[in-house]
Amino acid sequence: MRFKAVLWEEWIVFKRKFWKITSSAMMSPLLYMIAFGWGMGKDMTVEGTPYIVFLIPGIIALSTMNTSYSAVAVLLNIHRLYDKTFEQYLIAPISIYQIVSGKVLAGALRGIYAGFIIIAVARLFAVNIIISLPFILLMFVNGLAFASLGFYAALVVNSHADMNRFSTYVIMPMTFLCGTFFSPEKMPQFIKKIIYFLPLTHASQGLRTLATGGNFKMTNLIVLSIYFIIIFLLSIRQCYKVTA
Amino acid sequence: MIIRSIYTMTKEKNMIEVLNINKSFNEKKAVDNLSFRIEQGSIFGLLGPNGAGKTTTFRMMTALLKQDSGNIFIDGKKIDRDEDSIKKNFGVVSQHFSLQSEMKVWEILELHGMLHNINKKIRKNKIYNLLKFSDLYADRDKLSKNLSGGMKRKLMLIRAIMHEPNILFLDEPTAGLDPISRRDIWALLKELKKKGLTVVFTTHYIEEAEKLCDEILLMHKGKKIKKGIPKDLIKKVGNYTVETYEKGKLQCYFFKAHKESLDFAEKRQEVNIRKSNLEDVFIKLTDVRLGDKNEI
Repeated sequence: MRFKAVLWEEWIVFKRKFWKITSSAMMSPLLYMIAFGWGMGKDMTVEGTPYIVFLIPGIIALSTMNTSYSAVAVLLNIHRLYDKTFEQYLIAPISIYQIVSGKVLAGALRGIYAGFIIIAVARLFAVNIIISLPFILLMFVNGLAFASLGFYAALVVNSHADMNRFSTYVIMPMTFLCGTFFSPEKMPQFIKKIIYFLPLTHASQGLRTLATGGNFKMTNLIVLSIYFIIIFLLSIRQCYKVTA
Repeated sequence: MIIRSIYTMTKEKNMIEVLNINKSFNEKKAVDNLSFRIEQGSIFGLLGPNGAGKTTTFRMMTALLKQDSGNIFIDGKKIDRDEDSIKKNFGVVSQHFSLQSEMKVWEILELHGMLHNINKKIRKNKIYNLLKFSDLYADRDKLSKNLSGGMKRKLMLIRAIMHEPNILFLDEPTAGLDPISRRDIWALLKELKKKGLTVVFTTHYIEEAEKLCDEILLMHKGKKIKKGIPKDLIKKVGNYTVETYEKGKLQCYFFKAHKESLDFAEKRQEVNIRKSNLEDVFIKLTDVRLGDKNEI
């Protein structure tokens, strides 16, 4: 019941702000698709596939990351520091584990929703990619990892301005480097090593392989899961210490 | 057996025990070796000027902040963030309007009920009764961001008592409210006391503390200055205060009898005689007014 309460609050807010959430989830990915996919990369092929087909799984990974992260990080930071509604959870008889689980799961589900919006838009423009169960699973774990990161950031960072800085230094580099817009194979060796260490690389690479009919790579799922578990545990630890 | 019953009696009497708690922020002491006890079923006020350490103490008592040292017991159990059985036992109304702005009045109560694991049918009944009790029933479908300050505070209050706690903590419950809303809140608190709740609140309003509290704790610079029944504290200082200006500074003199104050006033010019209040107790003990931080 208590875990359900956390999800229920998120559901109510999601329903109330449905159009705002949906339109904002569409905006950047749509621009990326138009500018890089149909504009710049119209006649391009990458690794033997049309660029737009190469690009869309990357944008899905990117969109899942951004939405999951922001849905938790931005709101939780505001709830903790400004309107103080996070206090309601800290004073309620709900375990810290349930609070973190509820918020992270809600963030991951929002991420999946954003991913499906991109798939729908791509379909509208007759770009078909293969959607399978492992594809959805990878999107979900990607969402869990970044929703956990959002939760951790919201508790560690003590001002809204610093939240933006955190995004600039952590989320922004991943947006452009982790195989979303281009293959990291062409990068210099030492940068490639860093890129393959980052979670979004495994999300975009895994989703792309599955979207183009390739075999599911367990490594991608394992790396994302490890990130998720570590950040999730750090979030629980931080939640015990945090001052609302 | 005898020891056990004495222990039980003491436990029943003291709903909250604060023992030697300390809290510092960036090496500045906010609460300094504070100890006090609060009796079951009483209205207890933490009174002091801004920066006295009231809110810090409040936050430690509600597990929102961890003390650097010392212990806090609620109904015999040590307070801890992950201790569900203690949290079930108290309700909290914080100083901020901590209400989800995108949620409706009834949804805020529904969420609270779910967090406290209240059965759906009982929850529905409770929400109905509490909204009626607080005159918020007509506003149940309004988003909380569209409520007035007084209505928001009432909503926070009924939310805090929805799970039927034994203790109600309120941090400056009437700060920023108009006089009518303030009196509404006072009436609600008195009503709750009649139902057996222990009410603990912080305030810097003298009138509020005098009208509501069975007992108060005067705090200054994180320390306990005095604890007692408001009337007794005032009586000890003197029931009458003579205010007079000396070298451009307002000075207060305290007298037990009205005649004594009149005799004193006769010898001076520009004097004001009035009944003493808790602010006078505070002045007598600290040389500081409650309303500001300046020494008099």
